[in-house]
Amino acid sequence: MELCQLTAHELKDKLVQKEITATDILDSCLQRVAQVETQVKAFVTLTEESARETARAVDEKGDYRGLAGITCALKDNLCTKGIRTTCSSRMLENFVPPYDATVVRKMKDEQAVILGKLNMDEFAMGSSTENSAFFPTSNPWDLERVPGGSSGGSAAAVAADEVIYALGSDTGGSIRQPAAFCGVVGMKPTYGRVSRYGLVAFASSLDQIGSLTKDVTDCALVLNLISGYDKMDSTSVNAEVPDYTRFLVPDIKGFKIGVPREYFQAGVDERVKEVIKQALLKMEDLGAMVEETSLPHTEYALPAYYIIAPAEASSNLARFDGVRYGLRDTEAENIIEMFASTRARGFGPEVKRRIMLGTYALSSGYYDAYYLKALKVRRLVKEDFDRAFARYDVLAVPTTPTVAFKIHEKSDNVLSMYMSDIATIPINLAGVPALSIPGGFVDGLPVGLQLIGKPFAEGTILRVAYTFEQNTDYVGRKPKLGVN
Amino acid sequence: MPNTEYEAVIGLEVHAELKTESKIFCSCSTEFGAEPNTQICPICTGMPGVLPVLNRKVLEYAIKTGLALNCEIAEFSKYDRKNYFYPDLPKAYQISQYDLPICRNGYLEIEVDGQQKRVGITRVHMEEDAGKLVHQGTITATPYSLVDLNRSGVPLLEIVSEPDMRTPQEARLYMEKLRAILLFLGVSDCKMQEGSLRCDANVSVRPRGETRFGTKTEIKNMNSFRALERALEFEIDRQIELLEDGEKIVQETRTWDESKQATFSMRSKEEAHDYRYFPDPDLVPVVVDRDWVEAVRETLPELPDAARKRLVQNYGLPEYDATVLTLTKDTLDFFDRCMEEYHDAKVVSNWIMGELNRLLNQQNLEITECKVTPFGLVSMLRLIDEGTISGKMAKSVFEEMFATGKQPEVIIKEKGMVQISDESALEPIIARIVADNPKVVEDYRNGKDKAFGFFVGQVMKATRGQANPKMVNDILKRILSGA
Ligand SMILES: [Zn+2]
Repeated sequence: MELCQLTAHELKDKLVQKEITATDILDSCLQRVAQVETQVKAFVTLTEESARETARAVDEKGDYRGLAGITCALKDNLCTKGIRTTCSSRMLENFVPPYDATVVRKMKDEQAVILGKLNMDEFAMGSSTENSAFFPTSNPWDLERVPGGSSGGSAAAVAADEVIYALGSDTGGSIRQPAAFCGVVGMKPTYGRVSRYGLVAFASSLDQIGSLTKDVTDCALVLNLISGYDKMDSTSVNAEVPDYTRFLVPDIKGFKIGVPREYFQAGVDERVKEVIKQALLKMEDLGAMVEETSLPHTEYALPAYYIIAPAEASSNLARFDGVRYGLRDTEAENIIEMFASTRARGFGPEVKRRIMLGTYALSSGYYDAYYLKALKVRRLVKEDFDRAFARYDVLAVPTTPTVAFKIHEKSDNVLSMYMSDIATIPINLAGVPALSIPGGFVDGLPVGLQLIGKPFAEGTILRVAYTFEQNTDYVGRKPKLGVN
Repeated sequence: MPNTEYEAVIGLEVHAELKTESKIFCSCSTEFGAEPNTQICPICTGMPGVLPVLNRKVLEYAIKTGLALNCEIAEFSKYDRKNYFYPDLPKAYQISQYDLPICRNGYLEIEVDGQQKRVGITRVHMEEDAGKLVHQGTITATPYSLVDLNRSGVPLLEIVSEPDMRTPQEARLYMEKLRAILLFLGVSDCKMQEGSLRCDANVSVRPRGETRFGTKTEIKNMNSFRALERALEFEIDRQIELLEDGEKIVQETRTWDESKQATFSMRSKEEAHDYRYFPDPDLVPVVVDRDWVEAVRETLPELPDAARKRLVQNYGLPEYDATVLTLTKDTLDFFDRCMEEYHDAKVVSNWIMGELNRLLNQQNLEITECKVTPFGLVSMLRLIDEGTISGKMAKSVFEEMFATGKQPEVIIKEKGMVQISDESALEPIIARIVADNPKVVEDYRNGKDKAFGFFVGQVMKATRGQANPKMVNDILKRILSGA
């Protein structure tokens, strides 16, 4: 095995034992990038030079605390001082932030080796990374298929062993759905667990930064690094952050797992259902109590989401007006024309569609019927979860209705694309944490098992996921990328 | 208002800049007058990914103001986004408060023709200021404009009144009282010229006796109390004329043009923005606990109305004096400090309202900027009381104090301005003047009062104003009657 194929905790052990250096890891990853990047196309920007500097500095110091010296990469909507942050949009193609996002600062403080910025659906709007203004990313398991989205570059880079782990952001499934499609572990923490400061906002009340890792232990390590209250983010929660590795106990005897039937209805591939069913049987074998339950408002989550998220986006994306940074149409005759043509040129069709949807939903005369009603639905969805968690430790459902679909398969059918997030969206509306872990395979393509927890109970999710991982062999399987 | 068949209905929307040290959602300085774009950061320039964090001082000032304006303080309020595109608005939305403002249902009192009148305060809410555009040349011919974001994110309070005012004079009195309250609270500088106090007016007219409101217009761009009064007078006349001619008032926003002394249409109701307000998801709702409100109430200083009553009751000052002395906190402080060392309030009040205010207005200065101290004024008053200088001399001493900041004793010494209260010195001078003017003596004896004044004037002239006036009177009377 090459170093790049190992997990962060395996590499950390070798670093501490002085068997290898951070530079060795970086070299291995760079070699992998050279081999596969032309096929996967996960990176928007490579920062080889600064990565080398960091690796060298860590090695000189020889202090391999936490995730120091481990090669990683960031979704390109996390602001990095001095390194362009594009959101995979023409609008920000040459935008270089003057500051670091809080999570980026934490990673720099930890001396994480950041190899670059990863492709995504433009402004995180999409489920396939086909909405990148630059190029689509491929699924390492089948290059003709999408890696999912919007954190498709993050999931693909980890699945292809180009980096050891990556950060993404999740507004309606944007970490978990690509994690499921690419066969890696993706965690969306509780809303407020991780500071959003420096994450270019899509829908502020739903956005949350999270991790894409090769296994559950790495997920706990990254969560340790990025979690915590931040005075720069009023919505981050001032609650104690436990050491998440404490929850890595392979024992779920007596755990109560609820299985809401609404997540197994029409539209969910029968073979995906079967994989999840087998996974749940496995949980029972391991001593958990698995029981069918109901989250009755699930069907209303998707329409409510497509009001709330675009409404917030229409306001969040209004600042891209050509005045202070980013693209500007310098030919425009006057300020109104400059605003209009800059935005017409800078945004792709999906971003425009959502801005228009959101603007409409907030317009006077429609606000009550759309936005206010959607907020009420959101409350009902949240109450469904509250009731379920009075009974169960975690809920288990498929992460996606199908395995990864083909590139172009859904790009012309907006609604069917939106449906691919049907099992992840309710979780963002409720603000609860959820993780996607490889739960099996269909035709050689990974299927994601989604575990949902109570607010701030990431530890419980990790324990269930870890137990499942240790008792199956789905986590750690590698795609047969044409390396040789 | 010349036309008495109509009455006007006026409501004011006032924006007061809060004088917190830092901006409302970031830690940048709020200081006025810095070089363009030197007091900015990623947050107040609306960089991608940044988030606002509330400056608690702003909330405290808002609560303070609400309490001073007799408002209810909301236990639960929230921030909303007001969305519109403009180059001086970095996020393309302004963080404001829409349907749940921090304060509502208050009032303040003004005195109109000797009667107390209550003007309702609908609401007080917090919001952020925008930046400012600097045009090269005129706004229509400019090849490009520059954006200065120093002011972006400076905290504002918007204070909205009920449509309770009926005349431009009432509107002006309301503004003066509101300004006085904000100054007493110390929450704002309230400088209309620098824009730290701004005011828009909603105005309509209706036939007297009618209870429904007429169609209103909104007037903007009034940069002084005088502009406010003039603009309202103009607009009321304009609306009455339209109604008299059988025409309809158009609901619109109009701007006051100071140079033309007239209002002009800016945009009609149909062109009005849809601001698409919605709760800002980046900020948590404001939950104000009652204990905090009570703690803030404890810190409220004496307010203008209470101070006015105190001046009337404790010092027996006329209402008018008390009102003028409580227009600003600084004026009242000046008066109070004088009274710590001096006994006669009316004399102090006369000097502050008279000479001091005259010189301040003449030189466009604030009372805090002037060189005369309360101690200096009191020292001068004592010199008058002791007979060292006359009231007339005091005027020129005061002017010198105002110009140079010197103490009155020093000025008197330097200029040799001591009052002559020595009978043996005055008598020969007066006797000579009487002797030199036999014809006027004749007039005096024939009962012409003017003649006496002539002699006083001549004596003062001969002594360069330094003769003790009372003594001059006594000696003159004696010489004229006895001689
Ligand atoms: Zn700032």
